[in-house]
Amino acid sequence: MVIEFDSVTKRYPDGTVAVGDLAMTIPSGRITVFVGPSGCGKTTSLRMINRMIDPTSGRILIDGDDIAGRPAAQLRRSIGYVIQHAGLFPHRTVVDNVATVPVLQGMSRRTARKRAYELLELVGLTAQMGDRYPVQLSGGQQQRVGVARALAADPPVMLMDEPFSAVDPVVREGLQSELLRLQGEIGKTIVLVTHDIDEAIKLGDQVAVFAQGGRLAQYAAPEELLAAPADDFVAGLVGRDRGYRGLSFAEGAELALRPVDTELDGLRLEVDADGRPLGWRGAEGLLPTEGTFGAGASLRAVTDLTILSPAGAAVRVDAEGRADGLILQSDLADHLRSRQRARLAAKAPAQREPSAEGAG
Amino acid sequence: MSFFSELWDYLDINHSSVVEALTQHIWLALLPVAIAFVLALPLGWAVDRFGVFKHIALTLGSIIYTIPSLALLLLIPGVVGTSILDPTNVVIALTLYSLALLVRTTADGLGSVDDSVLQAATAMGYKPAKRWFTVQLPLAMPVILAGLRVATVANVSMVSVAALIGIGGLGQLFTRGFQLGFYAPPIVIGLVLSVLLALVADIVIVLVQRWLTPWARAAGAR
Repeated sequence: MVIEFDSVTKRYPDGTVAVGDLAMTIPSGRITVFVGPSGCGKTTSLRMINRMIDPTSGRILIDGDDIAGRPAAQLRRSIGYVIQHAGLFPHRTVVDNVATVPVLQGMSRRTARKRAYELLELVGLTAQMGDRYPVQLSGGQQQRVGVARALAADPPVMLMDEPFSAVDPVVREGLQSELLRLQGEIGKTIVLVTHDIDEAIKLGDQVAVFAQGGRLAQYAAPEELLAAPADDFVAGLVGRDRGYRGLSFAEGAELALRPVDTELDGLRLEVDADGRPLGWRGAEGLLPTEGTFGAGASLRAVTDLTILSPAGAAVRVDAEGRADGLILQSDLADHLRSRQRARLAAKAPAQREPSAEGAG
Repeated sequence: MSFFSELWDYLDINHSSVVEALTQHIWLALLPVAIAFVLALPLGWAVDRFGVFKHIALTLGSIIYTIPSLALLLLIPGVVGTSILDPTNVVIALTLYSLALLVRTTADGLGSVDDSVLQAATAMGYKPAKRWFTVQLPLAMPVILAGLRVATVANVSMVSVAALIGIGGLGQLFTRGFQLGFYAPPIVIGLVLSVLLALVADIVIVLVQRWLTPWARAAGAR
């Protein structure tokens, strides 16, 4: 389900513009994150998708159909919704909370409950928790129930309004990973609002950065956001270490490998009989490798290893743990330089043609 | 003759009139609460929903509450056109008192429901009426029923005043005792039955509340 904002504006009677001429397309089956400071219109934009708020002008299309033409209640039943404090119904058991939308759609309570118990397990809870009341669960568990409730009618679209901001950081991290795992199974079109840029970068396939007055400052993949922020506002929001953080999105496999027996400033990698690395042998004796990496490691992990290594080289190992190559700091530096140069060069023409720059 | 045998003799001779007084007391006390409860739901809804009503309704409620019950009982026949000895006067007066209290607690109860829960209900696809009846009203019940308990107990005690204008209920037993020169048995019987009635009515409402809102106790049993 593709969601399209077609020059959408929300202006309140007092003249405040919450969302200003928003034009963007939210891809199907991906997680799109709206991020920005409070009052930037990100939540308003989200709530216009299920008509909790109606735009002053412009259209919102889901798969090409203008949602203004659909009865609000019916539209909402086809869109999952998760809010900050879960917003569970305190007077209904967990399983009845989850069964809410299917029952509204006319499913029998018995069938809806049966499916609700299954959903509880999908979001990492146990079926026994289904018979409790929300107040008997922890904040993190309530939020999982909120997700299960949003998914109960199997809607193609799920909206999440600051879903993890009310839980403590450790639980939040767990819930974020869980969402990514879940999305791998269900592949919904998810729109998630957060004020936490780290959460946006972790969860988003696409990140829309909103600035004051509902202006879309940048709409790009998180990697792009870190490497090439559109303006000072985005750069400020993304914060420090953005170059380093951006390396999480690239794989170390792109890099040129050097042979394992390369001598580096008097150090040579020593391996055991099976070829597993033991350490760097040099004048000082045997120095530790400080870790190795395998296939699938991020560029960030590789960079970290080259920094920690006494030889300035990260050791790559195969599935059996045998050293099969080295990545040198100098090669890494060359790679990063050409990568960033290409990226900024690709962005440069857009600045010469203001019309093509647009909101994104 | 001991006090208890005196009491027993009084009951033995007058039991039918005592039972009649009790029955009438129950009607006069509980019917107004029932009427007021039914009326308080739409009125409480309006007060909760529309800001303008709030001020008017709550001020009106406070004014009604400040009118002494005896004055109100004498005022009603003049306004409604009933005879001064008509029990309807008592029902109307007590309905007004109960309503003044219940509209406020109903509106408070509806207003106390967490807004995020209501927002969630709307976002799930509830239409307004269904949301009110199946989400907001049930969640407001603990506060509404607390108000109902106060109104019920207050009514049970207030009905006695009606005896002063010659209308039945347990208050008659008090007036009879006074007329007989502080003759204790009817006064004590009236008092005990009045307290028992209030207690039983209160317990019944608490039981209904426990049955209607099992979730409210779940918080404590966590």
